[in-house]
Amino acid sequence: MSVKKVDLSHLKPYGDQMDDGAVQLSFTLPVPNGSKAREAARQIANKMGLTDVQIVFSEDLKENFSFFVVYGHLNTSIDYNEIKVLEVETPKMSMEEVDKYIQEHVKRQIVVVGATIGTDAHTVGLDSILNMKGYHGDSGLERYKMFKVYNMGSQVPPAEVAKKVRETNADVVLVSQVVTQRNIHVKNLVELADILEAEGLRKSILLIAGGPRITHELAVELGYDAGFGNGTLPSDVASYIAVEISKRVL
Amino acid sequence: MGKPVLNLDENMVKRARKLAREITDEIQKFIDVRSTTSVERTVARFYGIDGVNHEGVPLPNVVVDDVQKSGALDRGITYWLVNACVAKSMSPQEIAESVGRGEFSLVDFPPQNESVVAEKIEELTQEALERLRKVRDERDKMLEELGDPAQPYLYVIVATGNIYEDVIQAKAAVKEGADIIAVIRSTAQSLLDFVPYGPTTEGYGGTYATQENFRIMRKALDEAANEVGRYIRLTNYASGLCMPEISAMAAIEGLDFLLNDSMYGILFRNINMLRTFVDQYTSRLICAYSHITINTGEDNYIKTSDPIDRAHTVTTSQLINEQFALKSHLKPKYMGIGHAFEIDPDIENGFLYEIAHALLTRELFPEATPKYMPPTRHMTGDIFKGYAMNTMYNLVSIMTGQSIQLLGMLTEAIHTPFLQDRYLAIENAKYVFNNAKNIGDEIIFKENGFIQKRANEVLSNAVELLEHVKDIGLISAIEEGTFGDIARKREEGKGADGVFTKGEDYYNPIFEMMEEELEEEEL
Repeated sequence: MSVKKVDLSHLKPYGDQMDDGAVQLSFTLPVPNGSKAREAARQIANKMGLTDVQIVFSEDLKENFSFFVVYGHLNTSIDYNEIKVLEVETPKMSMEEVDKYIQEHVKRQIVVVGATIGTDAHTVGLDSILNMKGYHGDSGLERYKMFKVYNMGSQVPPAEVAKKVRETNADVVLVSQVVTQRNIHVKNLVELADILEAEGLRKSILLIAGGPRITHELAVELGYDAGFGNGTLPSDVASYIAVEISKRVL
Repeated sequence: MGKPVLNLDENMVKRARKLAREITDEIQKFIDVRSTTSVERTVARFYGIDGVNHEGVPLPNVVVDDVQKSGALDRGITYWLVNACVAKSMSPQEIAESVGRGEFSLVDFPPQNESVVAEKIEELTQEALERLRKVRDERDKMLEELGDPAQPYLYVIVATGNIYEDVIQAKAAVKEGADIIAVIRSTAQSLLDFVPYGPTTEGYGGTYATQENFRIMRKALDEAANEVGRYIRLTNYASGLCMPEISAMAAIEGLDFLLNDSMYGILFRNINMLRTFVDQYTSRLICAYSHITINTGEDNYIKTSDPIDRAHTVTTSQLINEQFALKSHLKPKYMGIGHAFEIDPDIENGFLYEIAHALLTRELFPEATPKYMPPTRHMTGDIFKGYAMNTMYNLVSIMTGQSIQLLGMLTEAIHTPFLQDRYLAIENAKYVFNNAKNIGDEIIFKENGFIQKRANEVLSNAVELLEHVKDIGLISAIEEGTFGDIARKREEGKGADGVFTKGEDYYNPIFEMMEEELEEEEL
C-alpha cells in the first residue's frame, strides 16, 4: 500500500486524504432560511472556488438572517515552494542565554515598556509575554534578570505610552492588539508609531507589535521594527530584543 | 440549588459582613458631606434639562459649569436653577437653553422670594419623582404580565456602533432566546465627563450610551418582548465619570440593569476615588428608587490577576459592593453580584475550583441575583475549544444556581460578536440549561472534600484581607494596590476636580426625598 505524498508545488487543504482539498466554513446570509437561501449559500461557496459543496446545516437566525455550515473541495492549489514570508530572523535562545547575551553585549538592563493600546481591553497577549509566569512554560520578560519591564496594561492612549518611554528612558516598546473591529487595530498601531515619530522617540527605541492578527510583514509595513503573531513565546521576543539592542549599542 | 451545600463557617460569614459594613461606614462619612459635578448634572436632568447648546455641549453640563465657574456650586444646582426659573418665569429647560446661548448666568439673579422658590422646588421635585415612579410601575407591571424568564437569564451583548443595527441584532437574539440585551458602550465613553446626545450611528467597540439610544432600544425590546411573550431586560453601563447621570437616563427610559461597581472606575479607569465613591452612592440610590438591578464588576479582578490565588479579592469586593449598595437602599434582589469563570483551562481540576468559587458567591448572597461572566483571558482564537469552554461555564452556572449568565462568545478575543456567534452562544446555553436543569438539586458535595474546603479557604482569605482593609481603611488599601494589583492615590485620577464639599446651605431635595421614601419602605 502506498500513501500519496504531498506535492508542494500543488498544495491543497487536507481533509482525510491527500489532495482532497477539503474545506470547512460557516457564514450568515441576510435572507430568511429556506431552500432558496441554501441554494444561495451553495452558489457563494462555488464562487469561492469550492466544488461538491454540501450545506450540512442551515438554521433560521430570525429577523431574516440564516446561518450555514458548509463543506466543499478546493480544486485549485498553490505553489508552496514559491512562498516567501518576511519573518523575524533571530537565533533562538533560552532565558539564561538571553540574560548572558545582554550582559556581554549590552552590559546593562534593557528597559521594556509594554501596553495594549487604543480600544482593546485584552491583556492576554501582552501578559503572556511580559508576566513572570509567561506562556506555555516559557517565562515572561519580567523574570529575566536583564530586562526592566513596565507593563502599562490595557486601553492605554498612545500619548501615555510616549510619556512612559520618556520617563523610563525605554529601549523597547511592545504593543499588543488582540480584539479588533473594522481593522481598528491597524489604525491604533499607526497612531502610536506616528506619535512616537512626532515626539522624536521613534529612532531611539525598538518598536514591536504583537497579537493574533499581527504578522512581521504587517508590522514592518506599519513602521514597526518587528511583529510577532500567534504562538510566539516570550523567549522568541527576548532573543530578538537582545540581538537587536546589542546591534544598536555597538 | 435550594439549600446550602458548602458548609460555610457561619461565624466567618458574619465576621466578613461585619467587616465590610465597618469598612464602608467609614467611606460613607466621606460621601455624605460631598457632591460632584456629575451628581448636580443628574439633578438638572431630573428637572427636565436635556439637549445641547450650539457648540454641542449638553445643557446639564452648561448649567452646572456655569455655577461652578462662579464658585457657587457648593450650594448645589437646585437652588440656583430654581431661583432663576422664578426670576425669569421660565422652565428649567428654557433657563438652560438661555444659559447655553450665553444670555445670562444662573448666579446673576438676586435671591427671589424664599417661599416662592421653595414652592417651585417642591413642585419640580414632585414632578420629577412622579415621572420616575410612573416608569418604574410600568416596568414592574410589564414584568408581571409578561412573566419573568427562568434563571439563569441569557444575557448577550450587541455592539455594532449603530443603534439601528443594534436593534436588528438585539431582536434576532431575543427571538433566539436571549432574556437580556446589553448595548455595550463605545470605547472610552466612561472617560467622557458628559453624556453624548441624540441617536448615534458611529462608535468603536460599541454604541454610545445616549438617552435617545436608550429610548430606541427600549421600544424595540418591548415590541420583541410582546412578540415572544416574555419580559426582556435592557442593560447599559453606569460606570466612569457619569455614573449618576447614566442612572438617571436609565431610570427615565425604563432600563432594567446597569453595570455599576463601587471601585471599578477607580482601579481600571483611573477615576478619582472620592469622585467614584460619591457618584456610585447617588447612582445606586436612583437604581434603588427605580428598581434597576446593578451588576458589579468583580470579573475584572481575575482578568488581570490569577483567578485562583486572588479568588478572595473577588469575594472581598463582592462584600464591599453589597454594603455600599445597602447604604443606597438597594434591595438584595437588585444586586447582580459579579464573578467570573476565568481559570486557565490547563489547570488540573480547574472545573472544581470554578464550582467552589461560583457556589461561594451563590451561598454568600442567597437573596441576590449573581451575575456570572464567561471565560475571556484564556480564549485564544481556537473557536472550537472556546466553544467547549463556554459549555463548561454554562454547566457550572446551572449546577450552582447563578441568576444572570453573560453568554460566552466562541470568537471572544477575535472580534465583536458576529450574528452567528450570538446564535451559537444562545444554543449552547439553552442546551446545557435544559439538559442539566435540576442537577443542582441532586448534588451534595463531599463533606470536607475539595469543593467545601476550597470555598471555606477563599472565604477565610477574604476575611483576612477585610481585616487588613479595616485596619488601614479602604482608601489606603486601594493606595497600596490591594485590589486587582492596581494602586491608585486618593488625590489622583480623572474627575477629581468635579468633587466638592457641600456648603452649609447645600440643598438637594430630589435625592433627600428618594432617601426618605426608601427608608420608609425599609421600615
